[in-house]
Amino acid sequence: MEIRVTISSDQDIVLARQKGRSLALELGFSSGDATLIATAISELARNIVSYARNGQVILKDIQGSNRVGIAVTATDNGPGIPDVGQALRDGFSTSGSLGLGLPGVRRLMDEFEIVSKPGQGTTVGVKKWRL
Amino acid sequence: MEVPILKQGAVLIATFQAALSDADLNQLRSALVQQVVRFRSRGVIVDVTAMDVMDSFASRTLREIAHIIRLRGAETVIVGIQPEVAFAMVQLGLTLEGVATALDLEEGLAYLNQKFKTMK
Repeated sequence: MEIRVTISSDQDIVLARQKGRSLALELGFSSGDATLIATAISELARNIVSYARNGQVILKDIQGSNRVGIAVTATDNGPGIPDVGQALRDGFSTSGSLGLGLPGVRRLMDEFEIVSKPGQGTTVGVKKWRL
Repeated sequence: MEVPILKQGAVLIATFQAALSDADLNQLRSALVQQVVRFRSRGVIVDVTAMDVMDSFASRTLREIAHIIRLRGAETVIVGIQPEVAFAMVQLGLTLEGVATALDLEEGLAYLNQKFKTMK
């Protein structure tokens, strides 16, 4: 199962997190975990709108050896992040806002990876496993 | 989806719906500030009971609303933050510092009434 949500406006942020919550609940996550997942999706989708304007959020169920989980990939072809290490530190922002929220997203989820190339875009992949 | 604002005496009550976009939140901020001026309100309650996600933008907008309204000489209380939402907010590092919160509408009104007494 794979759900793709095109992100190009603030309305799409709401749509992406609603779809994420539904998928999480379908996969058997508790409503508390679904809230954490929906919140992380909201932050990732917002980064796309704020920094790249257009992109995609891809939601997928994942199978481990004896567990299931959800994978969220937020990808864009925007300006990229010049210093990823800096963007992962709490309190860092380039837009005068609260920052990219990436350290927070990392705390909300179990696994976190980011690939960003200046001028080519950013892809953030996060996973959460069902306990 | 526009947020309905109710006037109850000196207090304005704004009740959030589940799925608010950034544009809706910005609209709420302007509408609340305008109405506080128009009705000379002394208190504002923002009821977020129905909100299922409070991300950094929503949290920042709520803080801005509370601070703008305080500069007008009125008080704001955020009521009804769900336990799961509160948990996600803390993980994300959103604390709504400097903003009054209460359990529900009733507690929010009690808080404001107490404030009004000490303001006299």
